[in-house]
Amino acid sequence: MYPIVRKEILSASVKLFDLKAPLVAAKAKAGQFFILRADEKGERIPLTIADFDREQGTITAIFQEIGAGTRLLGQLEVGDAVLDVVGPLGVPSEIERFDGPVVVVGGGVGIAPIYPIARALKEAGNRVISIIGARNRELLFWEDKMAAVSDALIVCTDDGSYGRKGFVTDALKEFYEANGDLQRVWAIGPMPMMRAIANTTRPMGVHTIVSMNPLMMDGTGMCGACRVLVGGETKFACVDGPEFDGHLVDFDLALKRLAIYRDEEKRALAALEHHHEGGRCGCH
Amino acid sequence: MPCQDPQVRSANFEEVALGYSEEQAVKEAARCIQCKKPRCREGCPVEVLIPDFIKAVAERDFAGAAVKLKEKNALPAICGRVCPQESQCEQKCILGVKSEPVAIGRLERFVADWEMAQGADAPEAAPANGEKVAVIGAGPAGLTCAAELAKLGYAVTVFEALHTAGGVLMYGIPEFRLPKAIVDKEIANLRRLGVDLQFNAVIGRSVTVEELMNERGYAAVFLGTGAGLPNFMGIPGENLCGVFSANEFLTRTNLMKGFRFPEYGTPVKLGRKVAVLGAGNVAMDAARTAVRLGAEEVTIVYRRSDQEMPARAEEIEHAREEGVQFKLLTNPVEIIGDENGWVKAMKCLRYELGEPDASGRRKPVAIPGSEFIMDMDTVIVAIGTGPNPLATQSTEGLELNRRGNIVADEEGRTSIAGVFAGGDIVTGAATVILAMGAGKKAARAIDAYITAKSAEAAN
Repeated sequence: MYPIVRKEILSASVKLFDLKAPLVAAKAKAGQFFILRADEKGERIPLTIADFDREQGTITAIFQEIGAGTRLLGQLEVGDAVLDVVGPLGVPSEIERFDGPVVVVGGGVGIAPIYPIARALKEAGNRVISIIGARNRELLFWEDKMAAVSDALIVCTDDGSYGRKGFVTDALKEFYEANGDLQRVWAIGPMPMMRAIANTTRPMGVHTIVSMNPLMMDGTGMCGACRVLVGGETKFACVDGPEFDGHLVDFDLALKRLAIYRDEEKRALAALEHHHEGGRCGCH
Repeated sequence: MPCQDPQVRSANFEEVALGYSEEQAVKEAARCIQCKKPRCREGCPVEVLIPDFIKAVAERDFAGAAVKLKEKNALPAICGRVCPQESQCEQKCILGVKSEPVAIGRLERFVADWEMAQGADAPEAAPANGEKVAVIGAGPAGLTCAAELAKLGYAVTVFEALHTAGGVLMYGIPEFRLPKAIVDKEIANLRRLGVDLQFNAVIGRSVTVEELMNERGYAAVFLGTGAGLPNFMGIPGENLCGVFSANEFLTRTNLMKGFRFPEYGTPVKLGRKVAVLGAGNVAMDAARTAVRLGAEEVTIVYRRSDQEMPARAEEIEHAREEGVQFKLLTNPVEIIGDENGWVKAMKCLRYELGEPDASGRRKPVAIPGSEFIMDMDTVIVAIGTGPNPLATQSTEGLELNRRGNIVADEEGRTSIAGVFAGGDIVTGAATVILAMGAGKKAARAIDAYITAKSAEAAN
């Protein structure tokens, strides 16, 4: 069992857990992910590692409650434990010292996994420009943590309820036009956002790395559910990624594949809500 | 052997073959003529004492039969169900020349089940010898290796990437062919031998082989990481929605219990018309699972003829009885999607058989202009698997062949002293029993290696 040692509610639907998982914490690097399973009947949920503490043996997970699985997960409290945690998985980000500024972009819950990358880039001696964004102020988090590892931080909300109004792509474009000379862009967030960032940087000719979050099960290459078409080649996000060249990823296909189980997810959520309303679902 | 009626069983996940009664087993065992030089044993990768255990069955000494059987085979209830007996022990049986060979597999299953029903005694282990061995992967190769070493007195830790032990026995082979309760019992036996099972441990990511040997004090490491990387065809459309690897489809269903969604959290999705590419045991498992999940039409698509299908004869027969169709001498060249990215059809070519190729099988040759379209909405790719790269790529100095499999000798020795390997990670995808045989041989080699090393240290 892997105990939850800290829980933070970042917004109504975004939760943070620090999980005791010493094996994972000992090896975790920026860009990697882990898989957890809440209980015997739970699905295997892949989550990017938002932070880690090697001394305490903990890793930080941030997740948005979207489907039934994450909804149930969000109901766990400090003192509860999840049944399984496996990781770190995936290839770590290639962190090096660049000659000019690098930009990291975190959208929504993507702010969580972009944080360790920003920190590692900063530690490697880079000038780090961070752009974080969310639909509204309520969904924004970790502004302070991001500021601490960034030379400049730009905060955007789609509705203008906080920071500058607009999309992260607008902020990126503006920064590029004002400064030019971008060495790298890292973007993590919902797939449409990563696609928009890749489309923005393509004409700039700036190498852009995205972290793909496809459907996944075992995370070790065994099931092949997580395949992503990159530059016309089939790649497994779990062992070849999760980071890929954003200009080469076939996002249209990736988005379609992400929706494979949409109907089933709705069913599961409906069943869960029915259950919670005390309906006679017959499952007990 | 008695089986569930095809009409009934194609709608449930209960075991298909029901096993012998005592009377049936004794009668079948009595057919064995107890050859002086039993050829059946030569056909068995783990050299089970076949005539001895059958003799005991014929004498109604089922407990004695179990002792004889388990002397060489740690997982008889599993082997009795999933071994390709017709191409191993039973193929060599002298009775098979003129009539039917002795049903060795069914007798093995009978004895193992009988023993389980009695509540088996814990297998005996030698006193602890103070040496630690790490086994990577809790599939058939790793479990067998671990059991053998534990019996010899080693402190064995098995590191497994998934959340449960069994490997392909749990995620791949369906419940209706191998009930998971049986795998669980075999694993419980392993625990009773004192084997420590560590789950959620990915060698190559969470811990490396080097760390196990240099920092954690394991005298030797056995790599039994299997063939865990599905092959795809390399044809257009194979990443469309509705195209699954057999591993994904079977893992969702078996390991994650997708057939009980949403009670269990992992869904499994299937259309009405399902094509399964390939004709090995995994393909049969996938096709028969699809039938049980309610697909209306399930078709095995295979580029050779029925003579070359690699699956066990019994599985092919069971699949046919359950309504699985066979489209042979046919190979897809493209999977076609609809406007939403979902599979709607498959473009195929017809084949004919030409001269024998390197494998000795007649080579399938495409017939020019034979293109045709098969309508379908789900494609399950079951054309084999490659070696899982995580453990091998992270182990420096480990020699691999060009396919990425570990180079190991007959005893499982690799290019690194103290590192042994066996099963699919060495041979490429094969059978449960071959992996077990390799695990067993490696255990002997590991024992010899550690014994020699300690003797050296003592001098």
